Amino acid sequence: MKVSLFATCLVDMFQTNVGKATVELLEHLGCEVIFPKGQICCGQPAYNSGYVKEAKEAMKNMITTFDDAEYIVCPSGSCAYMFREYEKVFANDAQWSSRAKRLANKTYELTQFIVEVLGITDVGASFNGNVTYHMSCHMTRLLGVKSAPFTLLDNVRGLTYTELPNKTTCCGFGGTFSVKMTPISEQMVDEKVQHIIETGATYLVGADEGCLMNIRGRAERLGAHVQVLHIAEILNSRKAEVRA
Amino acid sequence: MPMKVGNESFNNRVGEGIQNTFMRSAVSGAQDRLETNRQLATEDLGNWEEWRSLGEEIRQHVLANLDYYLTQLSEQVAARGGHVFFAATAEEAQVYIAEVANKKQAKKIVKSKSMVTEEIDLNHYLEEHVGCRVIETDLGEYILQLDNDLPSHIVAPALHRKKEQVQESFQRHHHYEGSERPEELTKHARKMLRDDYLTADIGITGCNFAVAETGSVCIVTNEGNADLSTALPKTQITVMGMERLVPTFEELEVLVNMLTRSAVGQKLPSYVTVLSGPRQEGDVDGPEEFHLVIVDNGRSEILGSEFQAILQCIRCGACANICPVYRHVGGHSYGSIYSGPVGAVLSPLLGGYDEYKELPFASTLCGACTDVCPVKIPLHELLHKHRQTIVEKEGRAPVSERFLMSIFGIGSSSSGMYKFGSKVASSVLKPLTKNEQLSKGIGPLKNWTDIREFPAPKKERFRDWFENRQKGDD
Repeated sequence: MKVSLFATCLVDMFQTNVGKATVELLEHLGCEVIFPKGQICCGQPAYNSGYVKEAKEAMKNMITTFDDAEYIVCPSGSCAYMFREYEKVFANDAQWSSRAKRLANKTYELTQFIVEVLGITDVGASFNGNVTYHMSCHMTRLLGVKSAPFTLLDNVRGLTYTELPNKTTCCGFGGTFSVKMTPISEQMVDEKVQHIIETGATYLVGADEGCLMNIRGRAERLGAHVQVLHIAEILNSRKAEVRA
Repeated sequence: MPMKVGNESFNNRVGEGIQNTFMRSAVSGAQDRLETNRQLATEDLGNWEEWRSLGEEIRQHVLANLDYYLTQLSEQVAARGGHVFFAATAEEAQVYIAEVANKKQAKKIVKSKSMVTEEIDLNHYLEEHVGCRVIETDLGEYILQLDNDLPSHIVAPALHRKKEQVQESFQRHHHYEGSERPEELTKHARKMLRDDYLTADIGITGCNFAVAETGSVCIVTNEGNADLSTALPKTQITVMGMERLVPTFEELEVLVNMLTRSAVGQKLPSYVTVLSGPRQEGDVDGPEEFHLVIVDNGRSEILGSEFQAILQCIRCGACANICPVYRHVGGHSYGSIYSGPVGAVLSPLLGGYDEYKELPFASTLCGACTDVCPVKIPLHELLHKHRQTIVEKEGRAPVSERFLMSIFGIGSSSSGMYKFGSKVASSVLKPLTKNEQLSKGIGPLKNWTDIREFPAPKKERFRDWFENRQKGDD
């Protein structure tokens, strides 16, 4: 199966390990991974801030770049949702509406793709450690992917899972909210970090680099002893000793 | 502006809210309790999503046929001997109600809870222009009125107060000598209010829903104060927002059920009071005179606009009870009597962008509010529509932000620009980087690094790695 990877700008520039893990994981599951070079950003930062005109320029570039893709897979729930949202954004645009709809319909978040399209619930991963999981808002509520990450984590050998208190509460990222409304964002992410600490978990795992960058950045600033990982990094981990 | 709370700027209000640890622990405790109860009460119905669809359908139907139902309601009220006044503005409503009060030479008015009377700032107007006392009888409102405080939540107006603060208020105003136990505090308020009910000239109420078919108004309380406010005084005035209608009792039953479950997790409130105009022949109680004041005050502007869905609101407050922003800043930070997500959508519409342009941005668009709304108002989408309106139609965004976004538009649509920018980012930010982290950012990064570490851009981008790997394969 040919998969076009939509890596996201955060992964391309900052969290390159997540991109590498995603590629290796998909290949391990039998996919041929393509990286369409024209990809930049899905437009979400501008779109969510109210700059729809500017966002549309970014979106058109993405539509063109991924026009020929069979499946588009993205290791970020909110960026994948942004692609899905293109259908609505261009609904009244005769030139772009059908292409936007086509793009939306073939886009999947990584764990969603593995469970729903590939039909795989056990990726054969092993990871020794106590893990808690942050449910990102856009992935959970807007994209509607609630169970796929848990299904996959459930089958990781050696992994112990502790539920995060208030697990569906936003971490306070919200894209430009994090820099426009910093004092409020700070309170939100502080409560999130506090809850993570309460679980006693060594690793906080999530499926959206935006949220993870926020939580990681704050946890590091506060000196909290927790390592923040993307779910692709856990699912691509196969070398660890198997405890069971 | 009547609906305004305080004169501080948005940033100062938020700052004060965040500093107020007492309020925050009261709010977060209440949020956790209310949301848990809401979940239990809605799951109890078995098919909550179907109920939500039904609730949405009822509210959308009413809004689509509002002219018809308003006419029907008015005719039915008039047929039973009631007076109907349609107030286009807050001022018109104030003047009409004051006229009625003056005609009755009212010295004392008892009032059950009503957000729309807060919206039109009725109490102050009546005190000033009629010279009468207006007494709030809802326990929460009663507590706030003593200190001239304002509601911080649309259902639980005194949510920001702790019982010790209530005790202190009662001590200060009434020489109260009892404990801070809620039962004892309530008993005190009850005793004080009894006399007022018996001696009031007019009872003013809000309206949860008006039933068009019968010309009735329905008021939901847990304290029975709406019953006492309407059964004893000779004149009753009910004030309602023009959208708060249901066609018949059948729809009323559905929405009352959803309202109390969503608001406080109750299957049924203690009192569902339905009043149909003045006392009829053979009735043993009820007012001699009944006035229904239907308030527009900006609502007809919302009707038919892209924000129409906000008029579906049944004022349950579930959106505030789950909102992570409300949790940390509290209701008064919104600067409006309508707080929480519904307030962030409604306040700019009723009160204007000059006053409320920050509210739509004070959200992560996490969508929790949309998920819990019993009548499926797409709250986070409406917040996003506000943002677009503020930026694109109103041109109110800061110049620096507009500049950054125009660069974003160019950079994210031209492959060359991005490739160059992302390639050199690592070198450009190098002087600020230490151990692959940025701790002190400049420009737009500063706000980020004020509270968090920022990762340094990687010298080898993901796309470089992918390309090199492919070359290796070839």
